[in-house]
Amino acid sequence: MIKFLLKGLLRDKSRSRMPVLVVTIGVALTVLMHAYITGFMGDLIELNARFSYGHLKVTTRGYADNIQQMPNDLALLNVNSLTADLKKQFTGLEWSPRIQFGGLVDVPDTNGETRSQGPAAGIGLDLLTPGSKEIKRLKLEKSLVRGHLPGKQGEVLLSEAFSRKLSVDPGGKITFIGSTAAGSMTIYNFTLAGTVSMGHEALDRGTIIADIEDVRLALDMDDAASEILGFFNGGFYIDDTAVSDAQIFNSANGPKSDDFTPVMKSLSQQGAMGTYVNLTKSWSKYISLIFILAMSLVLWNAGLLGGLRRYGEVGIRLAMGENKDHVYRTMIYESMMIGIAGSVIGTAFGLLFAWLIQKYGIDISGLMKGSSIMMPTEIKARISPLDFYLGFFPGLFSTMIGTLLSGIGIYKRQTARLFKELEV
Amino acid sequence: MKNLFLLLATYMLTASMAGQSADDILKRVEQNMSSENRIFESTMTIHGARSTRTITSRTHAEGDKKSFTEYLTPPREQGTKMLKLEGQLWIYSPSTDRIIQISGHMLRQSVMGSDLSYEDMMDDRKLTEIYSAVISGEEVIDGRETWILNLSAKVSNVAYSSVKMWVDSERFVPLKEELFARSGQLLKRTTMSDVRKIDGRWFPAKIVYKDVLKQGDGTEFNITSIKFNQQIPGYIFTKAALKQ
Repeated sequence: MIKFLLKGLLRDKSRSRMPVLVVTIGVALTVLMHAYITGFMGDLIELNARFSYGHLKVTTRGYADNIQQMPNDLALLNVNSLTADLKKQFTGLEWSPRIQFGGLVDVPDTNGETRSQGPAAGIGLDLLTPGSKEIKRLKLEKSLVRGHLPGKQGEVLLSEAFSRKLSVDPGGKITFIGSTAAGSMTIYNFTLAGTVSMGHEALDRGTIIADIEDVRLALDMDDAASEILGFFNGGFYIDDTAVSDAQIFNSANGPKSDDFTPVMKSLSQQGAMGTYVNLTKSWSKYISLIFILAMSLVLWNAGLLGGLRRYGEVGIRLAMGENKDHVYRTMIYESMMIGIAGSVIGTAFGLLFAWLIQKYGIDISGLMKGSSIMMPTEIKARISPLDFYLGFFPGLFSTMIGTLLSGIGIYKRQTARLFKELEV
Repeated sequence: MKNLFLLLATYMLTASMAGQSADDILKRVEQNMSSENRIFESTMTIHGARSTRTITSRTHAEGDKKSFTEYLTPPREQGTKMLKLEGQLWIYSPSTDRIIQISGHMLRQSVMGSDLSYEDMMDDRKLTEIYSAVISGEEVIDGRETWILNLSAKVSNVAYSSVKMWVDSERFVPLKEELFARSGQLLKRTTMSDVRKIDGRWFPAKIVYKDVLKQGDGTEFNITSIKFNQQIPGYIFTKAALKQ
């Protein structure tokens, strides 16, 4: 019977083309919207992950407890070996050591006396190792305003606003004054390679970005790092996996009382990010649910209308002696086939568009000018496993429910009145 | 009534004598601890949370306004020089060939990672100028009789609002100090030992500083050699001397 119904649908375009097209559009929109919302909400998390939290972060226990103070006297030691172990144990992640530090940036005049000075927050990360993903991760190439990225030891980046405030241009000498890991004062000279604008006021106020090896020399932190950040290879934060990885790492590492024991925290276990991750999850669900419900109503109506449109055909079939149950069943089977076809095609199109937005993103930097909150300047969709079957809810079930409801009318038709109706 | 009057009169007299003798004690302490000028070499052993480092230095000081310190070891600190002149402090770093003035909040930073801050180094004013003292008791420390003095700041620009000081009652050298913030929070504790008679004055050759807000086991400051009232050339206390 399925084969017979399929032939009927293929030959009678009015019964297949339009309904399949409507379902396809509805499902494609649902999948795309869900991926877009997930991506948009996730972008805020990814932005925070890239700059400070990572998807996972390893620090010493003491550092984690006082993280706001950036206590580098409690930094991780033997970082090369620890990073190698992490890479071996957690293969689905990329691990990058970083040093967070604070101090003063001092610009000398021609006599070597202080010309200008300002407080700075610094990040030391791997900028010079070939193949390092940190430049791409922090989008430094895109953020470059003047000069070039550090190409050799001793070169640093300053935020554009900070360099203007200090009146120093690329190629100029700057001196960093801060504290070593041992608490001693350190004075270290750098050459300004270029300036960057991250598009976030918090980061653009007074940021200095240097290669981690330079920072290690300046802060007397040989083979040490404030933190080792882990990023999922897929590029997106997965909370359940991150929490589970952190638990595995921590259960295998030393007593809780030791300040120098490495501890791992997922992004959601750091600061207020847990609340944010939960908010993102629930808001993403609510927004998607509302859209799916709206789309379901549209497709339900389409199914309903499809059933009503075939009022005459049903009448003839009943007049010819076809059983009411049979008519009802065949209409449901047909709607199921249309639902499946529309859902498959719609999901494919939805995923295709979502993939394009995931890969290339939508630039909203123009809208973010003057913004003081840390918001992404590019929106990207994010395809999750749910997107592969989500479209079937409105596409298949709503179409079928529409047909199921409209088909009830078949049982109300009276054979005696059929010919009178058909005369009309 | 008569007894009450006698008791009150005795209390007032004792209080007045105690107040005066506390100031006398402080003056005697200053006579031991201050000098026209001095040249000394010292080792500073910093017991950090993870490791112990020893830094050696040579200091030239004139009165309480001028001092010049050159760090001799370890290699990372070698050649670093500090100049204090009339309430201003400069540091010279040989690796950068820069002279940086330490001011504002930077004064609260630790000196070479020790339990001493630059602010501690800067405030060399006479105790009698900035604190008023009262004797609050007596105690025996390591077999030495001491007076316990409670010092309260009488000026506003001091790092420590109050100080509790245990002074050797025979040698007039402080053996222990507790330094408090305005809130009453204990900030630092110092203990002095190895008291020697040098050029007619008693002087503690070993001082242990402990910043109670900081991890680690404190900083030991040992004076390995000290000479009082020496001829120090004037150019030592100039910024030009930092780069030499």
